[in-house]
Amino acid sequence: MSNHAVFVMSAYLVALVILGGLLISSLAARNRVRRELAARGLERSREQRAKAS
Amino acid sequence: MADLHFLANPARFRRLSQRLLPSLSFATVLMLAFGLYLALIQSPPDYQQGDTVRIMFVHVPSAWIAMGGYGLLAALGASLLIWRHPLAALMARAAAPVGAGFCAVCLLTGSLWGRPMWGAYWVWDARLTSMLLLFFLYLGHIALSRAYDEPERGDRAAAILALVGVINLPIIKFSVDWWNTLHQPASVARLGGPSIHTSILVPLLWMAVTLLLLFVLLVLLRTDTEIDRRRLENAEQQA
Repeated sequence: MSNHAVFVMSAYLVALVILGGLLISSLAARNRVRRELAARGLERSREQRAKAS
Repeated sequence: MADLHFLANPARFRRLSQRLLPSLSFATVLMLAFGLYLALIQSPPDYQQGDTVRIMFVHVPSAWIAMGGYGLLAALGASLLIWRHPLAALMARAAAPVGAGFCAVCLLTGSLWGRPMWGAYWVWDARLTSMLLLFFLYLGHIALSRAYDEPERGDRAAAILALVGVINLPIIKFSVDWWNTLHQPASVARLGGPSIHTSILVPLLWMAVTLLLLFVLLVLLRTDTEIDRRRLENAEQQA
């Protein structure tokens, strides 16, 4: 890539950080809420689901 | 429309989304891997922009998705205010941060393209400014939906903002025609067909489909979480 490589790679890095961050935070939030539901007996925990399957 | 009403039931929606999520994740990863190969390795440099054209493969689809995502927020807002669909508010809460993320990617990658091409990271051009306004509308929606103790009031206020803000979408689209802007005019979605070469158009459309799949994946995942969160809040109120 030419002397503009730093701009191209920075752009892809920005996209990776923002979209990857969204994915990671979404998965973390889902796991947190599911753990809380499981603690209240409203949903089976991951361990319980694994045991059942 | 009947199908949309059918899916407005959160339990039905969850069953469908949990069936879709694994295959959607797999398809997104595969398409992203090939899309990055097309964008960074296989496609040739542009005769004017050189290698900076590769930024367009992320910038342009992010802009399309940010605008489409706001259109979705407006449709969900209308659905909430007119039919009081229980799922519309939850999906709007889930979609707003995702749309804001794509809007931020569009603004930042555009800025990184602007520096080598225009000599400036930012200019107060009509297209750039209206896109920045879209980002603030997303932030306003997120803030408003969480600003009330009663979530339903926040959801209704955010729905009204989404409907009012939708006027910004045609302004973004036609800003390059209505005003004398530094930003180039439409080169894909235009009368007479795309004006760009196939070697650039194919990776651009491939990345657009890939990022759209990622948007759908994120919205389904977050909507699923919002449904669970509402169940948790209801359980806490009853306790």
